Amino acid sequence: MQKTDVMIVGGGLVGLSIAYGLALLGRQVSVLDEGDDAHRAARGNFGLLWVQGKGYGMSRYAQWTRDSVALWPRFAAALQADSGIDLHLRQPGGFQLCLSEQEMAEESRRLLWLRDAMHGDYPFELLDAAQLRARLPGVGPTVVGGCYSPMDGQVNPLKLLRSLYAACQARGVKIINGQRVSTIGQHGSGFELDTGEQRWYAGQLVLAAGLGNRELGAQLGMEVPVSPNRGQILVTERLKPFLHYPTTYVRQTDEGTVQLGDSHESAGFDDGTSSEVMAGIARRAVQCFPRLGQVRLVRAWGALRVLSADGFPIYEASQDCPGAVVVSCHSGVTLAAIHALRLAPWIAGEYDEPAVAPFSLRRFKRKPEVRHAG
Amino acid sequence: MPADSVFRALGPAEKTVQIEFEGALISVPAGISLAAALLLGGVTHTRDSAVSGRPGAPFCMMGVCFECLVEVDGQANCQACLLPVRAGMRVLRQRGARDLLDSGHDEEGADV
Repeated sequence: MQKTDVMIVGGGLVGLSIAYGLALLGRQVSVLDEGDDAHRAARGNFGLLWVQGKGYGMSRYAQWTRDSVALWPRFAAALQADSGIDLHLRQPGGFQLCLSEQEMAEESRRLLWLRDAMHGDYPFELLDAAQLRARLPGVGPTVVGGCYSPMDGQVNPLKLLRSLYAACQARGVKIINGQRVSTIGQHGSGFELDTGEQRWYAGQLVLAAGLGNRELGAQLGMEVPVSPNRGQILVTERLKPFLHYPTTYVRQTDEGTVQLGDSHESAGFDDGTSSEVMAGIARRAVQCFPRLGQVRLVRAWGALRVLSADGFPIYEASQDCPGAVVVSCHSGVTLAAIHALRLAPWIAGEYDEPAVAPFSLRRFKRKPEVRHAG
Repeated sequence: MPADSVFRALGPAEKTVQIEFEGALISVPAGISLAAALLLGGVTHTRDSAVSGRPGAPFCMMGVCFECLVEVDGQANCQACLLPVRAGMRVLRQRGARDLLDSGHDEEGADV
């Protein structure tokens, strides 16, 4: 049996961000990764560092997200120094384009709620059609308006994954590929993991296996309510830079391709594509930027979001299995910086992190309160 | 066919067509892909990478590698390996990324 101080199950953005953060603290870290045929959200996402609108109904998530994008420049610089890979981090702000008055009203309502909940410290602008077109050339005539927030940004998500991988290895993290963890059990003060081929003993355990956290958590007596939500993305031919800001449906990458999204479907574990959804994505993108109507598509894919029951992240340090931590979220890019620089130190026990508490699994277990008289 | 081409047709072409590459006329076999026609015509540099500027030429011949991108009759970013060659095609090297703002269209919502 092989041994490690900390074992992370899952080598996607979430697992590797935490591995990197722990390695920065000098911890001995290993990562068991299922492999390139895993349902890896890290390979399918859109690359937004997105803040505006997130945390509606839970302002502490809005704060956590903002804190992460504030940490992103430092995180990206560290990764680049360790890996030599430029992540193409850009934080010029981002636009949400609204295609109907109803959508505009709904977005405004959410942003105003968030501004209130954040005590006024939540910068955004609501733009009518003319203002939007002046700020974002090329927007189509049927777009009714939009929201701009200087908090938003973008990064190349594939370079992020590659950079994390290289930076982790440079910092001594042992990444073991092609190993799907089948059983986990508590032994002594640590954990035994079995992949069928390999057996490991770890003093501390971090479950960052995306949708796999449900099954792995159950083995440690934790109910982890995550389920797949499919998004499809279209990718165009390479174009000279024409869109210098990320938007929610259209984003031009640093290498010229344009990603078109997004969609939300319940399709179980099917991460394929469907022509109906792709047609809808293309139609909306052309409505947003009519010039895209002449552009060729070269690729499309589906990928599965890891959605918790309430849509917010899960950070759980198990009470019953001390040393086991569960991490699930669907914003592995936006939150990568805070996962490395604040969540990892919390996992390592370096200091208390009150900001993590609201994301415990306890929130899903709330039973009807017993009211005591008096 | 230039003598230095390493590409050889399996047999003599039954029929040939003329196409234009970077302004020069070349005679190529009919009924094959544009990429194969360019290679047989001695063309060994069909694009400059949009990412690095590195010169490239048809490689995978099956629509995957995008090394064979060319401009055909004004349409940028065509995969030459997926296009049947036609008489009179005017073909240019694809030099870097396509410029969407310079494509001659004036659409609603365009910049003013």
